[in-house]
Amino acid sequence: MCDTCGCNVTDGNRHLIEGDGKLARTESGSEAISVLQGLLSENDRTAAHNREHFDRHRVLAVNLMSSPGSGKTRLLEETITLLGDSLRIAVIEGDLETENDAQRIRDKGVAAVQITTGTACHLDAHMVHEALHALTLDDIDVLFIENVGNLVCPASFDLGQHRNVTLLSVTEGDDKPAKYPVMFRASDLMLISKSDLLGVLDDFVPEKAERHLRELASTASVHTLSARSGDGMQRWLDWLRSEHAAAQTRAVNGETLRPAIQPDGQRMHAHEPTRQHHHDGHHHGHD
Amino acid sequence: MHELAVCQGLMTQVEQIARRENAEQVTRILLSIGPLSGVEAQLLADAYPIAAAGTVAEGAQLEIEQLPIRVKCLTCSEETEATANRLLCGACGDYRTRLLSGDELLLMSLELERRQHA
Repeated sequence: MCDTCGCNVTDGNRHLIEGDGKLARTESGSEAISVLQGLLSENDRTAAHNREHFDRHRVLAVNLMSSPGSGKTRLLEETITLLGDSLRIAVIEGDLETENDAQRIRDKGVAAVQITTGTACHLDAHMVHEALHALTLDDIDVLFIENVGNLVCPASFDLGQHRNVTLLSVTEGDDKPAKYPVMFRASDLMLISKSDLLGVLDDFVPEKAERHLRELASTASVHTLSARSGDGMQRWLDWLRSEHAAAQTRAVNGETLRPAIQPDGQRMHAHEPTRQHHHDGHHHGHD
Repeated sequence: MHELAVCQGLMTQVEQIARRENAEQVTRILLSIGPLSGVEAQLLADAYPIAAAGTVAEGAQLEIEQLPIRVKCLTCSEETEATANRLLCGACGDYRTRLLSGDELLLMSLELERRQHA
């Protein structure tokens, strides 16, 4: 464990344990125990477990995040239609209430599991793990996890996904990345959605949205698209196909992938080797 | 408002460590929470008494350390301070930077009183 080997001492916290740093000092009366553990380590353990499931079954897992109403479900509906039989899709839907979104996906002939979080503003790794029990991973190429519509809380919880995709619709402000830096900084791909409305809106400039994203030190790609008109959809499908192909290569090599920007706790463990639990030939179990 | 969920995770960790260390009482908890962690330190501090009630850490002092946001430029190698929505190099202005500190979400240390052996 990293608690003992010291590899989670980073540039940011080293001063605390060196010299007369706070953690080096033992105060009289009680005993100081150095911990240096991520606050979400329980969630992160389950997320790593989810990721092992995805890798073993060669599933690309994409966490889809945005504010409510930016068109996540509509994008998925069109994506399913356009992909046809070329990629097998399944969707985990996160909402506070209702089965509505899962039903929309099922109407497209695709497996969907609805998680209703009640009052919780985000999905966590445990909820996703429960939902995975309702899916047959061997029948899935790409699993979309449509997170609760919220630009704040979902960014803090690793679910086991390989990629974070964030939607920003043109009916929102083009400065959203500046207002919600934690969320947009975590994006591997930013989709500017509802581009068919750009003609009637005079206050959203896609280039400005991209500039705000770059100011977060993000090198993520930015695609502009409209699920309604079909504009830009091909580029999105190409991205999905190439990510899915990369996931197959990783599976062959026994590697895994995490989103580019990790919350602190996960980044510290990013160098840990992938568990080598599926190297005994090609395993296609149904667990 | 996910700070209560984060705080409950914290209490699970604290209780595990307290059990392992045979602690009677946890007296102080030190966290490191950066502005880019996605967790609001004040909200976490507000949620803390609720999550700690009835646990081994009830009444423990919660201290939250907040490190400044610092980036290292991948182009000119300078290390400079930055802000949450402007993580550009302070020297040359390049956007290709690596975050040095500011996204911590860590349980740094605990102070505790051990059970006396009979």
